[in-house]
Amino acid sequence: MGASTKPYWQDDAVIFAGFYQRIKKYGENSSFFRMLAWVLSWIFSTDHKRVGILYFVSMFSFFAVAVILGFLMRLELMKSGQQFFDPATYNAMFTLHGVIMTFLFIVPGIPAIFGNFFLPLQLGAEDVSMPRLNLASWYMYIIGAAMAVTSLFTNGGTPDGGWTFYAPYSILTKTNVTLALLAAFILGMSSIFTGMNFLTTIHRLKAKGMSWFTMPLFVWSLYATAWIQVLATPVVGITLLLSAMERAFGIGIFDPTKGGDPVLYQHMFWIYSHPVVYVMILPAMGVISEILPVFARRTIFGYTAIAMSTMAIAASGYFVWAHHMFTSGVSDVARLVFSFITFLVAIPTAIKIFNWLATLYKGSIQIDPPMLWALSFLFTFSIGGLTGLALGAVVTDIHLHDTYYVVGHFHYVMFGGGGVGMFAALHFWFPKVTGRMYNFTVAKIAWFFFFVGFNALYFPMLILGVMGMPRRYHDYLPQYELLNTVSTVGSWIMITGLVIMFFNLYRALRSGAKASANPWESKTLEWETQSPPILHNFAKAPEMKHGPYEYEGEWVQ
Amino acid sequence: MSAHTHPLDLHSDSPHADYVGDKLGFWFFLYTELVLFGGLFLAYFFYHMKYPEAFHHAGAELNVFMGAGNTVVLLTSSLTMVLAVSAIQKGRKGLSLFHLILTIVFALMFMVVKYFEWGAKFHHGLYPGAEELLSREPGQIVFFGLYFVMTGIHGIHVLLGLIALAGIFVLVVQNKIHKNDYAYIENVGLYWHLVDLIWIYLFPLLYLVA
Repeated sequence: MGASTKPYWQDDAVIFAGFYQRIKKYGENSSFFRMLAWVLSWIFSTDHKRVGILYFVSMFSFFAVAVILGFLMRLELMKSGQQFFDPATYNAMFTLHGVIMTFLFIVPGIPAIFGNFFLPLQLGAEDVSMPRLNLASWYMYIIGAAMAVTSLFTNGGTPDGGWTFYAPYSILTKTNVTLALLAAFILGMSSIFTGMNFLTTIHRLKAKGMSWFTMPLFVWSLYATAWIQVLATPVVGITLLLSAMERAFGIGIFDPTKGGDPVLYQHMFWIYSHPVVYVMILPAMGVISEILPVFARRTIFGYTAIAMSTMAIAASGYFVWAHHMFTSGVSDVARLVFSFITFLVAIPTAIKIFNWLATLYKGSIQIDPPMLWALSFLFTFSIGGLTGLALGAVVTDIHLHDTYYVVGHFHYVMFGGGGVGMFAALHFWFPKVTGRMYNFTVAKIAWFFFFVGFNALYFPMLILGVMGMPRRYHDYLPQYELLNTVSTVGSWIMITGLVIMFFNLYRALRSGAKASANPWESKTLEWETQSPPILHNFAKAPEMKHGPYEYEGEWVQ
Repeated sequence: MSAHTHPLDLHSDSPHADYVGDKLGFWFFLYTELVLFGGLFLAYFFYHMKYPEAFHHAGAELNVFMGAGNTVVLLTSSLTMVLAVSAIQKGRKGLSLFHLILTIVFALMFMVVKYFEWGAKFHHGLYPGAEELLSREPGQIVFFGLYFVMTGIHGIHVLLGLIALAGIFVLVVQNKIHKNDYAYIENVGLYWHLVDLIWIYLFPLLYLVA
């Protein structure tokens, strides 16, 4: 180690440096200015690690709100009949829950937090290619989030109709959908900025000795994700913008009374929103590909196959959008074709699952908390993926469309995949980010509560859906009561797990044991710098001397 | 760092300059712009197929003369933009500033013509929500909806381009863009050509469809 070993949060790389330095100088005598300087050192920072943490704090704040909304919705559904909320409030609640969870949490998700923090570290770079644009993307996120929150309380009240904003309801409802649409548009721009930045960074800033096929697989997953963000987000951007203009000026493009076609809205919406499902899941898959080899002490099985299947998922994601519309009146030929292509997406996904299992085979598996989360990802995500096949087949989809089965399925995929992947990443990289280590026993207890609660919460939904309970209803027939009660109790257990987990991590942050530079003895570059890293990551530009997963000394390129 | 592979990086002021990276990043951005308009073109083709007759009649009401004039103005501004970039590359600051001003003037001309065109449509009651337009057949309502949205979003891009051009002008005056560091002006040039390119598609689709 050369010059400075200060952790990154004690060093500054800021915009408006002159202004910031002046405030900092005032702070020598005034506690107010000291506080202000501290805040500015974060929100002016172009350091990718700090931007990642900004995203972490803001996203998990929204996550907490949406979890509480989900908790309240489950409470309403515990017994049949109206319990706490009238139908209109319930509609607003599920819309809000959906909008926050998709647009503010799971879409920016792993790339915005862990991608920002670890992409340059894994590449051996000082920062992303465009650090200021990176900070700007966070500001876009905050502006979009602020607009979304404002839309709840102003001009007609909380938007309803669900996160998909389907026309013609979304252009007719009196609630404040316009602002929510514009908010989603701005959030989309934030996502585009992140994508552009990551693509350029990966193309330009690989460390000496690192080639495309010796990059860590997490980087590959970010690369595929960034392509989707750049390619697909503008389409939904313009679609949401058109809906907003429809409401503001009545342009008639999605309004059937003026010659427009609402089904076109669905097409344009899903052309983006299906690929974006892979924005939510691919980075989680990348995290799993990082964690499994470390804790199995095995070279990843089928590196190239995993990297290429990542790209294949990203590419094929564009050709399956109409499977969301099997009951919207699209032609039989379209249904057949889209159903077939949908099944093709399962192939690269299965390739990954089998490669991960093969990686575990004959490994010396160490069940530490990150590994526990990664293994449960394999379980919950597989349920999510397999239940998706029933929705991809036209015949079964006609029965299951718009039932609770769909809700169960996408919570298994999004939360059991994207969410669990994020918690795995959180436990895996926590020592690097904070320089501290958490309590393993408590972490495992938290995992246990989460895992049991998660399955108790979402599995009954699958059965209820098959039995015919529709989604988005605030009440149901008495025969669905038992399983709904089970599901509600599951939500309590799961939330207990989440509370224990965050409490454990918070306690570690305050008073955990100091973590070494490489507590898991991982082989990727981010562990070669100190924990926590310094401002520009590495004291000396690192060079890649061995493969990212070379645990058995037999890495072949 | 491996980024320094382009000869220009050796001349640049900044120790971390990455000429290729700057250009690459901007191309990704241009791509998103194309896809954004792609959504609009998709909607256009869909409705054109659905209402070919109505599009024919509605298109006939647009002022081809003004549209063609604007096409010439915008194409010429692309030429002056190229000249401004190549002047900087040859180190001729004054010439570059002159061409930047010409580009800005052409852009303003475009917006003025647009203003009169939109004004005339409003005068005839051919804007979304107007009585006159709502009394017409559905295809025409959709056509004028698309007309205002497409030219409107394109117009916003011209305005953003104007701001970018003004910013570049200042940077050239301050010598922050010069012979050895011209990624900014090149990128703004690329953006300007994109705006131009999109207009080249909008013009026949909207004005010449009749």
